Amino acid sequence: MFHWLEKHPFFFAVGVFVTIAFAGLVEILPNFAEASRPVIGTAPYSTLELAGRHVYIENSCNACHSQLIRPFKSETDRYGHYSLSGEYAYDRPFLWGSKRTGPDLMRVGNYRTTDWHENHMKDPAGVVPGSVMPAYRWMFTKNADINTAYAEQLTVAQFFSVPYNKPVPMKDGSTKVVKMGGSIAEANALALEEAKAIAANMKDQDVKDAVARGEIPQIVALIAYLNSLK
Amino acid sequence: MENRPLEYDYTVAKMFMLTTVLLGIVGMLIGVILAFQLAFPELNLVLGEGLAEYTNFSRLRPLHTDAVIFGFTLSGIFATWYYVGQRVLKVSMAESGLLMFLGKLHFWLYLAVVVAVVVSLFTGVTTSKEYAEFEWPIDIAVVVVWVVFGLSIFGLIGIRREKSLYISVWYYIATFLGIAMLYLFNNMEIPTMLAASPAGETGIGAWYHSVSMYAGTNDALVQWWYGHNAVAFGFTVPIVAMIYYFLPKESGQAIYSYKLSLLSFWGLMFVYLWAGGHHLIYSTVPDWMQTMGSIFSVILILPSWGSAINMLLTMKGEWQQVASSPLIKFMVLGSTFYMFSTLEGPIQAIKSVNAIAHFTDWIVGHVHDGVLGWVGFMIMAALYHMAPRVFKREIYSKSLMATQFWIQTLGVVLYFSSMWISGITQGMMWRAHDEFGNLAYSFIDTVTVLHPYYTIRGVGGLLYLVGFLMFAYNIYKTMSARPVEESELQSASPMGA
Repeated sequence: MFHWLEKHPFFFAVGVFVTIAFAGLVEILPNFAEASRPVIGTAPYSTLELAGRHVYIENSCNACHSQLIRPFKSETDRYGHYSLSGEYAYDRPFLWGSKRTGPDLMRVGNYRTTDWHENHMKDPAGVVPGSVMPAYRWMFTKNADINTAYAEQLTVAQFFSVPYNKPVPMKDGSTKVVKMGGSIAEANALALEEAKAIAANMKDQDVKDAVARGEIPQIVALIAYLNSLK
Repeated sequence: MENRPLEYDYTVAKMFMLTTVLLGIVGMLIGVILAFQLAFPELNLVLGEGLAEYTNFSRLRPLHTDAVIFGFTLSGIFATWYYVGQRVLKVSMAESGLLMFLGKLHFWLYLAVVVAVVVSLFTGVTTSKEYAEFEWPIDIAVVVVWVVFGLSIFGLIGIRREKSLYISVWYYIATFLGIAMLYLFNNMEIPTMLAASPAGETGIGAWYHSVSMYAGTNDALVQWWYGHNAVAFGFTVPIVAMIYYFLPKESGQAIYSYKLSLLSFWGLMFVYLWAGGHHLIYSTVPDWMQTMGSIFSVILILPSWGSAINMLLTMKGEWQQVASSPLIKFMVLGSTFYMFSTLEGPIQAIKSVNAIAHFTDWIVGHVHDGVLGWVGFMIMAALYHMAPRVFKREIYSKSLMATQFWIQTLGVVLYFSSMWISGITQGMMWRAHDEFGNLAYSFIDTVTVLHPYYTIRGVGGLLYLVGFLMFAYNIYKTMSARPVEESELQSASPMGA
């Protein structure tokens, strides 16, 4: 059979393809629908949080920070409850990372504050002596891209039925509505409102001034995102 | 015409040899910079505060991985295909105007994609998925390049004189099909410019932005099914294709066993795809998939070692060549690193080992003993073998090759040994508890302790880069400094006796 295949490239290629495609079908198909169902307490990202997530991706934060807490005592002691599949239901793409040059950030919103992030992003080694993390000072002057975040919200709401402007159940039995603007202007206004709350807890005068002018520096969006990780 | 050997046309092979060398230098140089940035963080500002955004570790990291995988390695795969393909199929590219056109088109489109990728990653336009960072416009261009590559392969096969496909061709076909399938499915994404707001606005935000079709755990599953097997079909399958051709050619020995090559090929094809799950052990993907990933990773030793043993036994009775020929040294050590790396991987895929190894530098070390020791050595050996035949000149310096070999071997050893120590140290410190059951170390303790190993790793990487520059110089001198021979060198390997 093999000798025959080696003389017939088309059938050889078909044979190879079937052999390699098999595993993917068996591994990927069965649990696909189940694995992406949100758990109670998981809400979609707001416009500003999503813009911050884009800043996180733009700078490959995931190259050094994981967002996946494994079910070991040493990890739950350090980072909090281990990760559940449904908590990632609104993560497109997933940001688990594959290397912890720095600590896990899955629940960083539970134990770090706006103020801490502000100082740390400016000068990591000044906050954590011995840190090898580079500074991200340009995030204080470069503005976040709110329009793209809004376009992504619209896309996921339309194609994947992500529940914006709809009540989602929270752990304490209440519900939460994550708002999405009806137009670009409205989306920007919503993001700015959220940005003002973050900037109020920041010290950098340039950032405060920018937000007062109606601009949203990247750092504000990033902190909104990091604070949402719980 | 009857009794003359075929004249092969190496125009396209030469083009891809050039990018193999250039992108190799770029990828490895960025790697060395990254390595030293971890040891000495001030280097993040190497070009000053104004350019910090572009010289920063996190921006450069995807450039390093992609330059080595899709620059250096992929160019090497293309270069060897346009050399090996003609020879084992006994047909010259010059015989078909169409194939020649496709080959050149392949090269120029590839180069255009490389430029687009460099610009996009420097500016932070990325999807964040490892080795699949490109946004949808580049993804489409990649697919076009790949289709042209496929047409080149099957076109040449279509007009072949030798009816039986040599082992190397099996592996090139598998490379084409495997990457095609993986890349398409992992990059399923929806451009956000398609969305319309309730107010009727369209084309909102960045036109190149997209959102993944898969969410969370599913996205991770598809990504590592891709990520692991991009390694399979980029770093293993085509490199095996190379060694099956170049080792017998260079040593003058026939492949040890045809049956072993059959077993290894079909075994590798079947088993490799299952092993992707070992990247997701203790994550939120279903437990049975993690276990499958773990088990199949261990089974994977069989076909991997099958190929490697087949190579080493091909040298049976001819081991003196390892001493006399630097080119054989590269290939034999390459096979050895392949065995080493394909044993180390399965060990790391065992659940209890993975609990320590995952997220640490040990994984980084594992990747590099494979890529530096196996992929890098084999591609350089292939180019060294091709250069005299393609340029019709003798290799410029054999002693430079030997020096390069030892410098790079030392570099690889420093690299992986420092990363083992670093990875296991950090893995153990993360999980250490004191007598009261509290964590023994804060996270930063587990970072500062790694400084000496990061420095050693940087030195190892630098040595490898120095060796690679010697390789580039040797090839350049071969191209330019020696007189052109009258006809193609037929038999004698440049290294023989």
